[in-house]
Amino acid sequence: MIARIMGLGRRGCDLLESLGRAGIFVAQSAVGVPSREGWHLWLRQMHFVGVLSLAIVLVSGLFIGMVLALQGYTLLVDFGAEQALGQMVALSLLRELAPVVAALLFAGRAGSALTAEIGLMKATEQLSSMEMIGVDPLRRVVAPRLWAGFVALPLLTIGFSVVGIYGGYLVGVEWLGVFEGSYWGNMQASVEFVGDIGNGMVKSLVFAVVVTWIAVFQGYDLVPTSEGISRATTRTVVYSSLAVLGLDFVLTAVMFGGLS
Amino acid sequence: MKRSKMMELGVGLFMLAGILGLVFLGLRVSGMTLQPPGDSFRLEANFANIGSLKPRARVTMAGVTVGRVSAIELDTDWYDARVMLELDGDLEGKLSRDTTAAILTAGLLGEQYIGLSVGGDPETLANGDTLRDTQSAIVLEELIQQFVSNMVSD
Repeated sequence: MIARIMGLGRRGCDLLESLGRAGIFVAQSAVGVPSREGWHLWLRQMHFVGVLSLAIVLVSGLFIGMVLALQGYTLLVDFGAEQALGQMVALSLLRELAPVVAALLFAGRAGSALTAEIGLMKATEQLSSMEMIGVDPLRRVVAPRLWAGFVALPLLTIGFSVVGIYGGYLVGVEWLGVFEGSYWGNMQASVEFVGDIGNGMVKSLVFAVVVTWIAVFQGYDLVPTSEGISRATTRTVVYSSLAVLGLDFVLTAVMFGGLS
Repeated sequence: MKRSKMMELGVGLFMLAGILGLVFLGLRVSGMTLQPPGDSFRLEANFANIGSLKPRARVTMAGVTVGRVSAIELDTDWYDARVMLELDGDLEGKLSRDTTAAILTAGLLGEQYIGLSVGGDPETLANGDTLRDTQSAIVLEELIQQFVSNMVSD
């Protein structure tokens, strides 16, 4: 019995320790004066996590917008309220779906790759070699990836919303015959720039920080074996997805839940 | 070197697309306008019951949107609702003094908005004036109650 309680205590200490390590890690790597060299490293990562994720995010956005319009139409048409389709598509995309789904896709597409890349660098002792020749791996390897993730995910979320709203327009207006003026007009009457778009962007920024942080830290902190890399990659996707979904509930409750 | 330039171009286009997307969301989806809302014409109207009218609701005239509801508050002198209207500046000096305001509903269950209709008074409303002749929102429950009690009395 006492051994079990001790085991629990040990686990708690381990958890706190690893949280503390992660905090120090992100604080050390995210601050620092950007140099011309750092700018190029950031650009390269931006290309990898941002531009190359664009295709999957935009295609998913288009389909999600289209399916929202289709489902919403069949529901709303029973009440003769299909004019509210634009408002439904826009609000659900801007407030919830775009930040969450873009962050999940980002964790799968870019986060796992970041973990595997940094993990392999650690396993092949590239990170230790860098330290040996006097290059700080946090500054050189980790910081550009963190900042690229922070900037790329909100931009991807904007793209997701725009394409999703256009997908809703394609299905609702072009296919199912909702009047075009009421699609855009009801949307404009109900969407607020700060209240809806701004809060969606805040959500997306929080998710960007969380997902990139988890991905990079899992890569930096793994056991440097092939099994360790595969475990860390899995952990990245699982932890980021759980963190995004859990935080989404908390953020929604604070922003839209009338807790003010 | 060439590869790096292509990459820079790609990232630049990506960020530009993001910013343009945000502008699209602002203008097309949330309906912001770029011109400053400088020349507006403000009126007030007191209603006995506003139903579920909300700030930012449309103000129309003959079905044409001419402004928005900017604020709603309780008037403690009369215990009715005071609704602040913000209309297009062009309308200043063109609405007669006996203009009436009614709270209407778009469709059976749609949003509520305010409809203005002009009267025949040669004098016109100035900025900040109050509309006295108003018609409250139709509350569906009251209508049903009326209908049922009429049925019973027949």
